Amino acid sequence: MEQQTDYLLEMIDIDKSFPGVRALDKVQFKLRAGTIHSLMGENGAGKSTLMKCLFGIYKKDGGSVFIEGEEVNFNNPKHALDYGVAMVHQELNQVLHRNVMENVWLGRLPIKKYGLVDTKKMIRDTNEIFKELEIDINPTAIIGTLSVSQRQMIEIAKAVSYDAKIVVLDEPTSSLTEKEVDHLFRITKKLTSQGVGIIYISHRIDEILTISDDITVLRDGQWIATKPAVELDNAEIIRLMVNRELTHRFPEKTNHPSGEMMTVSHLSGKYPPTFSDVTFTLRKGEILGVAGLVGSRRTELLNTIFGVFTRESGEIKLNGELVDISSPEVAKKLGFALITEERRATGLFPMMNIYFNTIIANIKEYGKFLLSQRKIAKDTKRSIDALAVKTPSPKTAIRSLSGGNQQKVIIGRWLLTNPEILLLDEPTRGIDVGAKFEIYQLIINLANEGKGIVMVSSEMPELLGICDRILVMSNGRLAGVVERGKDFGGVEGEQEHILKLAGTFI
Amino acid sequence: MERSKKVGEFLLNYALYIILGAILVTVSIIRPNFIAINNILNIMKQASTKGILALGCAGIIVLGGTDLSIGRMLGLSAAITASLVQSVTYSSRYFQGMTKQLPIIVPLLAAIGVCVVISAINGFGVSKLHMHAFIITLGTQLIAFGANCIYIESQPSGSAQALSTFEKNFLDKAAGNIMIGTLRFPKVVIYFAVLAVVMWIVWNKTKLGKNMFAVGGNQEAAAVSGVNVTKTIMYVYIMAGVLYGIASFLEAARIQSVGANTGINYELDAISACVIGGVSFSGGIGTIQGVVVGAIILQAINYSLYFLGVNPYLQYIIRGIIIVLAVAIDVRKYLVKR
Repeated sequence: MEQQTDYLLEMIDIDKSFPGVRALDKVQFKLRAGTIHSLMGENGAGKSTLMKCLFGIYKKDGGSVFIEGEEVNFNNPKHALDYGVAMVHQELNQVLHRNVMENVWLGRLPIKKYGLVDTKKMIRDTNEIFKELEIDINPTAIIGTLSVSQRQMIEIAKAVSYDAKIVVLDEPTSSLTEKEVDHLFRITKKLTSQGVGIIYISHRIDEILTISDDITVLRDGQWIATKPAVELDNAEIIRLMVNRELTHRFPEKTNHPSGEMMTVSHLSGKYPPTFSDVTFTLRKGEILGVAGLVGSRRTELLNTIFGVFTRESGEIKLNGELVDISSPEVAKKLGFALITEERRATGLFPMMNIYFNTIIANIKEYGKFLLSQRKIAKDTKRSIDALAVKTPSPKTAIRSLSGGNQQKVIIGRWLLTNPEILLLDEPTRGIDVGAKFEIYQLIINLANEGKGIVMVSSEMPELLGICDRILVMSNGRLAGVVERGKDFGGVEGEQEHILKLAGTFI
Repeated sequence: MERSKKVGEFLLNYALYIILGAILVTVSIIRPNFIAINNILNIMKQASTKGILALGCAGIIVLGGTDLSIGRMLGLSAAITASLVQSVTYSSRYFQGMTKQLPIIVPLLAAIGVCVVISAINGFGVSKLHMHAFIITLGTQLIAFGANCIYIESQPSGSAQALSTFEKNFLDKAAGNIMIGTLRFPKVVIYFAVLAVVMWIVWNKTKLGKNMFAVGGNQEAAAVSGVNVTKTIMYVYIMAGVLYGIASFLEAARIQSVGANTGINYELDAISACVIGGVSFSGGIGTIQGVVVGAIILQAINYSLYFLGVNPYLQYIIRGIIIVLAVAIDVRKYLVKR
């Protein structure tokens, strides 16, 4: 019993600030040996920042970290590994074209005579760990051919192979089936019985209540509570997580949805991973939210509607007329606009200036051969003024603007094409709170003008703050639709219902 | 459906070997006397030097880079080799003070040394200065070319003519044949085979090889796992330098006269051999078997077209088409549909 009071890991008064944001404010986290300690909070609450400070990916501004009583300051994840602290990332960091065992032993391949790699030992050791964890994967299989859950198991096995005392699991179940989740939990049990401490990050409250010993809740970069799981229930956790005035973070909702403008029936994507059989309608002037866990295929849905990804079956009707959206060009002509999730990868031309980034989706409007510089300047200025983009000049390279202003430029780019339907994929990701408010106001204004808006978001408060209805996706299928202000007993009831729906098909 | 899918997959996976087979079969049907051991040996012999270059270059491509400096580097290295192996009885030899033939290991080490230094500079530019391999090698190829011209121009005779008249021992060791019965088997093919085996072991059985694939496939994952990325890149470039040096040494003996233009465009053949052989320009993918077959296919195409007496300009066009085709098929293996 004495061991129960010994902490494997203590993080005390951790501070971290970014320009304009206090990301962590004297956060506490203590992990006991042989237990699972869940870390909860909304996106942006500081969970991943806290973990990045632990692993030395970010340098903490203040506070101390102790591993078994010894103060440590890790410079990088490898350094942490040497102390037996391992992380299984949500985005699995693996070399896809190589086989399982090479990925497990990468960076410390066993060597035999003449400097040759000891393949037999690798197979043996890998099999041994796999057997212990009841993982049934061939060590010589190529990683890229395996399922996400198998890859996740391999990452956990890798952590075990480092004799890790502390294992961080970041959203490990977000793309697993129920059976796979059971397997994962058996593995975590096994690890804790060997004295390993597990830090478990997840959004699934039921799951966390089942497996955790302790639960720590963060909110807006602050430590809110650490309690034994048995003292908590679903409602209490949600209260701890979202306890705040939802009103002042969002502008007043003034839009009034009217008649139907788009009907999507039985839409399925073609190439996996994808979604199937999604049916919904969008009304004029409506803000339609799309909620779901990571891997619920919300991004794929938007991309398929916009013609970026291939459609397998199903139809889309626009104002009662059947349309065949075979490519983004067609979608653009029909009045669609897509603002993508990965701003940096698929939205920005970072080295180019604001002129370029503003007009690029609408370039044919500026002349057949030589582009009209005057019209470009005029439209760019209008866009900058209308969206209140803060920039020294339209000649500034867009990468030197803040995230919020970059996003405004991209929204402005699509508004120039006069879209009727805007598909927004995580429109406020990586944007600070003040700028978020402006983006929300912008979205509501567009709805006021009668445009239809489909907004994918992982931030529950923002969906609840500005959407009229919320579609909930679960594992590639539509799990249900939440009509705001009906049947669910207010915001908290709606939130709970959405969380429940999101787990329907997993 | 399932079956046709499997056939399709089989064709994709073995496209390279099917192409090589098709070339040889087609030519033999048109000209049955093509199937002669001498023709095969000729193809192998011509494929060998460029194949050795390709073995070096392949590792750099697996890292996600490329090497434009190969040709000019070979030129400089071959010139230095040439100056050291000229016959001591030759009156306009480069080193007038040289009155006794040097042991053969000296020019070989010199050739390797030159290439290792230049290739290490390339590696440093990529790993430490974070330059794109295309740019740093574009620069070093110019430097190598200039150095080669100056070196050749500084002969005692003052002329800029090619270095020639090499000693017998060198020519025999580097470009000679082994008699197997009545068959004259080129030694260079044996060297190529040995180096290919060594490189296969390095790629598949050593830490360096595994790390090379890890860095090329996902540099981030490699770094997080504690692989020393800088060191891995440096080693791969140095290893390439050693192979380039050996190839330069052998090439000097094969052409028997080294001038300012020696080696021009060799990098294109080496890179072609790699990509035909399935080494992906996006990094992290490739096999030594593929590179060897790629080098042989490239040479088999050249030789066959020459053998059939095809118009030389048409030969370029056909070679271009085959390279594009081979790579287009190969790329399909890794295409992600969405």
